[in-house]
Amino acid sequence: MNDGSRGTPILSLRGVNTHYGPAHILKDVDIDIYPGEMVCLLGGNASGKTTTLKTMLGYVKPSSGAVFLEGENVNDWTTARRVGHGLTMVPENRRLFKRMTVRENLEIGAYLRHRENHGADYDRIFEMFPRVKERLTQRAGTLSGGEQQMVAMGRALMAHPKVLLMDEPSMGLAPLLVAQNFEIIDQINEAGTTVFMVEQNANMALSIADRGYVLQTGRIVLNDTSQGLLANPQMRQAYLGELEN
Amino acid sequence: MSEAISVPARPIRSASRVTPVTIFLWGLRIAALAVILYGSYQSISSGRLSGAQWRDLLIFGTSTGSVFALIALGYTMVYGVLRFINFAHGEVFMVGAMMAFYVANGLAATSLWIASPFVSLLIVFIAAMTTSASLAVLLERIAYRPLRNAPRLIPLITSIGASFTIQYLVSGLVGPSTKDFPRMEPLRGTINVAGSLIPTSRVVVIVVTVIVMIALYLFVERTRTGKSMRAVSEDQETAALMGIDVNRTIVTVFAVGGAMAGVAGALWGLVFPSLNYFSGFLPGIKAFTAAVLGGIGNILGAMLGGVSLGVVESIGPSLVLAGYDIPAFSQLKDVVAYAALVMVLIFRPTGILGERLSRDRT
Amino acid sequence: MAQVTAPSPARPVEVELRPAPPVDLGRAARLGLIGGVAMVLVAATGIVGTFQTRLLIDPILPLGLLFLYLLAFAFGWMAGKPPAALEGFAPARANSRNLVAGALAGALGGLCVGVLAALMSTFDLRGVFVQLSPQLLEILTFGLPLGAAIIAIVAISAVAGAIGAGVHLLPIRLKRSLLPALVWVMMFALFTDLVGQLFAGLSAEFLTDFLFTGRGGALTIVGAITVFIVVFVAYWLLGGRETTLRGRIEAMPRGQRTRFSLIAAAVILIILWFVPKVMGPFVSQVLDTAGIYLLMALGLNIVVGYAGMLDLGYVAFFAVGAYTGAILTSPQSPAFTPQLLLIVAIPFVMIAAALAGLMVATPVIRMRGDYLAIVTLGFGEIARILFNSEWLAPIFGGAQGITNIPDLRIGPLQLSTPQDYFYPIFLVVLIAAYVTYALQNSRWGRAWMAMREDESVAEAMGVNVVTAKLSAFVVGAVLASFGGALFGAQIGSVFPHSFDIVVSVTVLVIIIVGGMGSVPGVALGALVLIVLPNLLREFSQYQFLFYGVLLIVMMLTKPEGFIPSKRRAQELHADELSQDAWLDIYGDKPTTDATTTEPPR
Repeated sequence: MNDGSRGTPILSLRGVNTHYGPAHILKDVDIDIYPGEMVCLLGGNASGKTTTLKTMLGYVKPSSGAVFLEGENVNDWTTARRVGHGLTMVPENRRLFKRMTVRENLEIGAYLRHRENHGADYDRIFEMFPRVKERLTQRAGTLSGGEQQMVAMGRALMAHPKVLLMDEPSMGLAPLLVAQNFEIIDQINEAGTTVFMVEQNANMALSIADRGYVLQTGRIVLNDTSQGLLANPQMRQAYLGELEN
Repeated sequence: MSEAISVPARPIRSASRVTPVTIFLWGLRIAALAVILYGSYQSISSGRLSGAQWRDLLIFGTSTGSVFALIALGYTMVYGVLRFINFAHGEVFMVGAMMAFYVANGLAATSLWIASPFVSLLIVFIAAMTTSASLAVLLERIAYRPLRNAPRLIPLITSIGASFTIQYLVSGLVGPSTKDFPRMEPLRGTINVAGSLIPTSRVVVIVVTVIVMIALYLFVERTRTGKSMRAVSEDQETAALMGIDVNRTIVTVFAVGGAMAGVAGALWGLVFPSLNYFSGFLPGIKAFTAAVLGGIGNILGAMLGGVSLGVVESIGPSLVLAGYDIPAFSQLKDVVAYAALVMVLIFRPTGILGERLSRDRT
Repeated sequence: MAQVTAPSPARPVEVELRPAPPVDLGRAARLGLIGGVAMVLVAATGIVGTFQTRLLIDPILPLGLLFLYLLAFAFGWMAGKPPAALEGFAPARANSRNLVAGALAGALGGLCVGVLAALMSTFDLRGVFVQLSPQLLEILTFGLPLGAAIIAIVAISAVAGAIGAGVHLLPIRLKRSLLPALVWVMMFALFTDLVGQLFAGLSAEFLTDFLFTGRGGALTIVGAITVFIVVFVAYWLLGGRETTLRGRIEAMPRGQRTRFSLIAAAVILIILWFVPKVMGPFVSQVLDTAGIYLLMALGLNIVVGYAGMLDLGYVAFFAVGAYTGAILTSPQSPAFTPQLLLIVAIPFVMIAAALAGLMVATPVIRMRGDYLAIVTLGFGEIARILFNSEWLAPIFGGAQGITNIPDLRIGPLQLSTPQDYFYPIFLVVLIAAYVTYALQNSRWGRAWMAMREDESVAEAMGVNVVTAKLSAFVVGAVLASFGGALFGAQIGSVFPHSFDIVVSVTVLVIIIVGGMGSVPGVALGALVLIVLPNLLREFSQYQFLFYGVLLIVMMLTKPEGFIPSKRRAQELHADELSQDAWLDIYGDKPTTDATTTEPPR
């Protein structure tokens, strides 16, 4: 995959090892995400997916290896600084500020860009999700699940992300909402935002992603295009729910 | 019966079932109500106090309650973001009051005190606010920040330690004697409000509290910092993901809460002129009660709870206790406050405007 | 740092340990300034002045200044501590840089004191800070002119800090001999009365004459050196063998171990039997007080340590015990004078305390931990105010309390002196210790601990939370009431002001310092926290300041206490583990950074 023709990766992990006390979690993980792509990270429970995200965001510091943001080693950066440089995460289960209004949620999304004018951002979000505009003054906790998902995506977009990190976008959602959610993600990626998605639902993720990595007990075991992964027999057996006959 | 039963022997939280405990609690409720009603009936029908006297008690209670409300803000805001009771907050208030005393004492020796009381008071307020805010921030930094993820009783115990430390440090530094706040001439008179004469100092307390409360409300609701405070109190992890500096926001919360306690300290000096190192304990406990009464985590609730508690405390002894011909019933004023505390925590832990903060994260 | 410079796709796989980061001088400077504030406060609260008259080692070492420079030593120790070893990093080794860090911290601390001295010599600060007298300035500056004095203060503090940091450089065997030797010298110097009394009791007064300037005098230089050498040699020869001993005991077969424990218990009992005879009335009085506190601590240990409920109004049960005992035995009791013997009154005391326990516990059963703490505090204060009130004065005597409580009589034995009371108090303490120890491994004990860890899960597993909570409160209340009844009989009177919130907090400090849930820990806590301040008479006015600081420091550094119960320590450290590596969303720095607190182990 890494043919080098696409310039500098926007975000990459290089030989990352992390430890949790005596436990060795990530083992020599290399991940490259290039501008405009949608990449997914697949893996079962306890494979280290969440740790990968935490390492990218700086909650966990690698014991060896490094995280690069636009070619720069950001190992010593705080989370806030990384967020300020365009690493935006949509947490699992949306996590809206339920007691705040929709507008306030969007404002918080643009927290670090408070000196800029947000008019154009609102227009873009309202264009993408007209429902959000109708609900602006409502408390976020009173919205339906689908609307909350829109607000969560809108909130993330308010930060002008260079890379949008998505933690398990299908987690805890009804099947209909999952489909809707992935449609939104695809839409955002189409509009030019780089997306890195951590997901257990491999079928769904590969249907919209360009490439995928497969993580198994802390090691990247597969790394291919979505088509490649979907066709990989090992992959089909382990993650795509096809049992060997 | 063996205790190694792996299936629930009975449903968890069987709230609907009548158990001896619920019967006891209902008995307690009814008994408390009966005591209050009978006592009130007795003392009102005896006509011992005139309407004007009741009104004075009400105003007295409202102004004392305003001070409680200001202190309660610190409890409620800290509880909102960290879910722990900052037991040392009463001491933050006391240190603010001490500072107010020393500044006022210094100013009283100058001509400014007489010539422009307004400016003098402003200086006193600013000094008290700065001191209390700094102390609150210092406490957060030294005692509470390292314990953010500890089991919840640990920061509470730490704050009890901090409370003791501050009390006895103050006692050691400035001496254990009681200090008398200097008198301010313009505050000694009365003001005619809608036909009744009210002591000026009380009016000043109420007016200052209302102004400060409105300012705080606007700050929390409208400003960017205020919004980040609300975001952090709702979900710290997500707030951090949005680029909010959680540490700095928590420091801001402590600073604002401390400043409010500083205002309360200065106001306390205007109404109750004597002060020593132990003066923060009781107002602290009462303000905590006020915070719970209003619904902990809720800023408007703190105001409401403070005033209600002030009024209950000031009217309660004359209304209920006097009805039973209890000798020296004013001795039991604090019992009324503590009883209110116990009753509120037992029967309405979510408070008047509770957002059910107190139920989650049990 | 790892050799990663730029993303290069074909990087060879290599995992190696990063070198341990060196001691952080910035942190040392910060610690130094904090230490400086602490030193200034120690001076300004009058601790230095108060203790200056007390010579530790005649004539060179006054206690007041020692306190000041001990702080420089302690902060130097902290600043020079090598960073904790973390997974993925090589372990840190102490070197001369650690000394520099310690000296830096000490010097900055000294500088703060220097600034204080300069301020004191320029302004009269006594209008606000009552202790900043010219005498204090004289002490702080050693009588030198200001400039020279500041240099001297900074130099001494820097040396003290460097010595503190130097502790980390010592080989472990030397460290294990040196520190106890210093501690023992301190003990001999501080508790001259106690040591003198002990030698007198053992008819070894010649030792007193040899080590001290006289009976009741300070330790001499020769005395200090003697004590130091004796202890140092003893520990050096022991050379860490005490752990092997413990291992050997644990390795013993069951029967042998029981026999060993019985012998140990017998030896302790015999020593206890002779304690009051040897120690005389004053020390016995102190020990009696400690025993009563220990009794309360054992009770509170059940409520807080086992069942996990923070009771801040615990003193109320002590008061109930004292007042019930007083009313039933004293002829001066205002309302009702049955004038029972205390022995006969004890069952009633227990019933009263149990009822009080039920009354407090029932409403709080469904209450969360922190609210429970405040409600119990409220109950405690209500009890104190009611005992003090005019309203109930016809029963409890109001502020005058109840006097003339007769001494304890057991059959023909009439107790009167503090030495006499030592026996019943410690008998009850031993029984209580045995009961709490036995409860720990009983069905109740397991229910309490399950509840402490997770109430809902415990309930789902069939633990009756209501009964468990009520029983914890009742057992705790009964133990405290014993303490109260004995206290009343020993003092001869009860007054409401003896039942202040500070008593509750003192008991809490005891169990926290000793180790929540651990019976030996609680015993040690009571011994150290009650006996030491009472023996050091100058100390009493700073006792509560000390308790407050101790609570904070313990919670920050050793929340499981000095002699932790195993289970409790595991719980607390499990949290630490997750705190260190995962959930730290607050850290200003990424997580495995070496400045984080503890090694994740």
